[in-house]
Amino acid sequence: MKNILVIGATSAIAEQTIRLYAQQGSNLLLLGRDEEKLQLICNDANVRGAHEADFLRLDVNDFDSHASVLEKAYTKLGRLDLVLIAHGSLPNQQACQQQVSTTLRELNTNAVSTISLLTLLANQMEQQGWGTLAVITSVAGDRGRQANYVYGAAKGMLSIFLQGLRNRLYPKGVHVLDIKPGFVDTPMTADFPKGPLWANPQAIANSIVKAVERKRNTLYTPFFWRWIMLIIRNIPEFIFKKMKL
Amino acid sequence: MNTRKSMLSGWGQYPQQLTERLTPHSKRGISEHLAHSSSLDDSPSLIARGLGRSYGDSALAEQVMQTEHLNHYMAFNADSGELECAAGVSFAELLAIFVPRGWFLPVTPGTKFVTVGGAIASDVHGKNHHVHGCFSQHVTQLTLALANGEVVTCSPDDKAQLFRATCGGMGLTGVILQARFKLIPIESAYIQQRSYKSANLAETLALFEEHDSATYSVAWIDCLSTGDKLGRSLLMLGEHATDGELQAHRDSKLNVPLNMPGLLLNRYSIQAFNTLYYHKHTQTHAQSSLHYEPFFYPLDGIRNWNRLYGKNGFTQYQFVLPKSAGLEGMTRILKAIAESKRGSFLAVLKAFGEANDHYLSFPTEGYTLALDFKIDATLFSFLEKLDRIVLDYGGRLYLTKDARMSEATFKQSYPQWQTFQEVRHQYGADRVFNSLQSQRLGL
Ligand SMILES: Cc1cc2nc3c(=O)[nH]c(=O)nc-3n(C[C@H](O)[C@H](O)[C@H](O)COP(=O)(O)OP(=O)(O)OC[C@H]3O[C@@H](n4cnc5c(N)ncnc54)[C@H](O)[C@@H]3O)c2cc1C
Ligand SMILES: NC(=O)c1ccc[n+]([C@@H]2O[C@H](COP(=O)([O-])OP(=O)(O)OC[C@H]3O[C@@H](n4cnc5c(N)ncnc54)[C@H](OP(=O)(O)O)[C@@H]3O)[C@@H](O)[C@H]2O)c1
Repeated sequence: MKNILVIGATSAIAEQTIRLYAQQGSNLLLLGRDEEKLQLICNDANVRGAHEADFLRLDVNDFDSHASVLEKAYTKLGRLDLVLIAHGSLPNQQACQQQVSTTLRELNTNAVSTISLLTLLANQMEQQGWGTLAVITSVAGDRGRQANYVYGAAKGMLSIFLQGLRNRLYPKGVHVLDIKPGFVDTPMTADFPKGPLWANPQAIANSIVKAVERKRNTLYTPFFWRWIMLIIRNIPEFIFKKMKL
Repeated sequence: MNTRKSMLSGWGQYPQQLTERLTPHSKRGISEHLAHSSSLDDSPSLIARGLGRSYGDSALAEQVMQTEHLNHYMAFNADSGELECAAGVSFAELLAIFVPRGWFLPVTPGTKFVTVGGAIASDVHGKNHHVHGCFSQHVTQLTLALANGEVVTCSPDDKAQLFRATCGGMGLTGVILQARFKLIPIESAYIQQRSYKSANLAETLALFEEHDSATYSVAWIDCLSTGDKLGRSLLMLGEHATDGELQAHRDSKLNVPLNMPGLLLNRYSIQAFNTLYYHKHTQTHAQSSLHYEPFFYPLDGIRNWNRLYGKNGFTQYQFVLPKSAGLEGMTRILKAIAESKRGSFLAVLKAFGEANDHYLSFPTEGYTLALDFKIDATLFSFLEKLDRIVLDYGGRLYLTKDARMSEATFKQSYPQWQTFQEVRHQYGADRVFNSLQSQRLGL
């Protein structure tokens, strides 16, 4: 039986992943800010076969609460086999350009909060010498584009942070997985017109469970985003800067 | 809330309607939308929609509210088998989780790709109707979003009229959000099947009588045979096996990617299929053990098989005749079909047990026959001929399969329609919940 901590557990992608682990009989502790949704997801996980599913309230932008909520989580779960961090928000890029406070808040939600949590979690995992840290970033972090560079910068910062962390924790037996989804049909992207590149959160969840099992370092999901991003990263900047992306 | 406007149809691909599809992410989202749209003077017609396995226009309106995100389980009692889950949970998902733990649906239709909400709204029946009734008879409580967005619960004892109107009510009383019902324990995922061949209709009906204590029974009828072979059938009986693994079904890989040329299913191919199928079973009596998937859901193995009928679509004509009218009425209808040379690829005959007290529930004690017909220019006038025979014998048509019956036919054959309308009106549902079908039927 696996002990699993999920942060941002009400995210559509996290929820589908939780279902898969519940069906495996895992012990789940879910963190998020919407208690009604957390209760719904917990009950669902319990019916689907979780050994036990429970939740704690956490607003990731309440930095001061991080240490105490995580302490409670360690006490509840004991050994951590897997931590999945999934929270995030898709900023309105125009609004960020108009208002510094909006930009800073988005950077907090998408990067600084996660880095704060990871700093604490990394020490705990290092001490136990075991387990996997899995964090959802995004393909948007691979290159800055005018359409969403605040989000991209935050996700890119996370990816670099995770690289360093992986390097540090590898000899300690702790694995770090960076999950980079492409377009996923979730509440976050409800207003976007959908096309053939879009995936559903179930497919993303399946690939996450597999990548954790196989100790992958970076997961592009669905897989074809690895090739799309390879091309996008390799467009020379003097061309890229003229493109409308 | 996510909205998309596109052409939409039921399983029969007829009729098509330009529809705005709402996909609310939560119960709260549904309530809020209803509270808002019921406050408008002029809001578009709205109806709930599950997996769209109803054949005609029951789940079609200017706006449909899809329940795909209502897919949570609330609670399960492993002692009593009582499950509470959201209305968008499909029977396929439910079986995948509960069969390995030794539980099965109390009643299941011929496809597992239906939602709990759709099963209740159509008051679906299965091969065990004669012993276990409709699905809704196993429902102990419903949670419903009313026209104004208010959320209420009802049961056979609490707001009983609302419950009786909602079970079989085709989405016309509100949006079912969640339901509580009892699963049945099983020891194996397999079914002990016995099959019998009959030479004609009288023999077929006699076989149903003789085996009325079998849990599951259904007959496949060769509707193109005539003369003294009229109504020859294969009767299949089933009981849950006591040995064999508790293994759930696998997802099917076969798919019909596009609408096939309508010519593919014609009189000759159908006749060939029916003759082969009948003669495939050489003995008059055989016994075997098979998984629940091929026993209950033989067509689920090919996704989108409805596209085999071509882009004009098809309709399923399912009627019930009271027991007393059985042999005579059925003979008249089968003769009319055989004479018309319109084959039905599948013709399924079942014996129904007693009716329940849900106002628009379809089953009544007697015999029901379901036939698939490809739509062409003369089909509907032919079906009207059949309607008259059905009405003559005091029968009726199944709403969840229907795309074309007239208001008069409906009102004559569903005597409780007025009570249904009154309950609907009492809860303000008639102003908000309307489908293409309810408008056609004058509800
Ligand atoms: C291959 C096949 C075999 C079948 N075999 C049988 C059978 O053996 N016995 C039988 O009884 N039926 C059978 N059916 C019909 C099927 O069971 C019903 O049409 C069922 O209602 C479909 O469920 P759905 O979720 O797809 O509902 P939809 O088709 O989406 O909707 C059907 C009706 O239910 C209403 N509805 C759906 N969800 C809700 C909700 N949450 N709240 C309120 N109203 C709602 C809709 O408004 C509509 O009126 C079969 C269908 C197919 C395609
Ligand atoms: N959808 C995509 O196309 C896509 C693509 C690439 C990467 N991603 C990433 O995938 C992850 C999951 O997103 P999703 O697509 O599943 O979208 P989602 O369902 O909208 O999930 C976002 C989650 O973040 C939570 N959250 C936001 N701010 C929070 C805060 N201050 N405190 C606590 N929780 C907070 C939200 O909680 P509430 O439920 O309380 O609002 C919600 O659960 C995100 O990191 C996202 O950036 C998504």
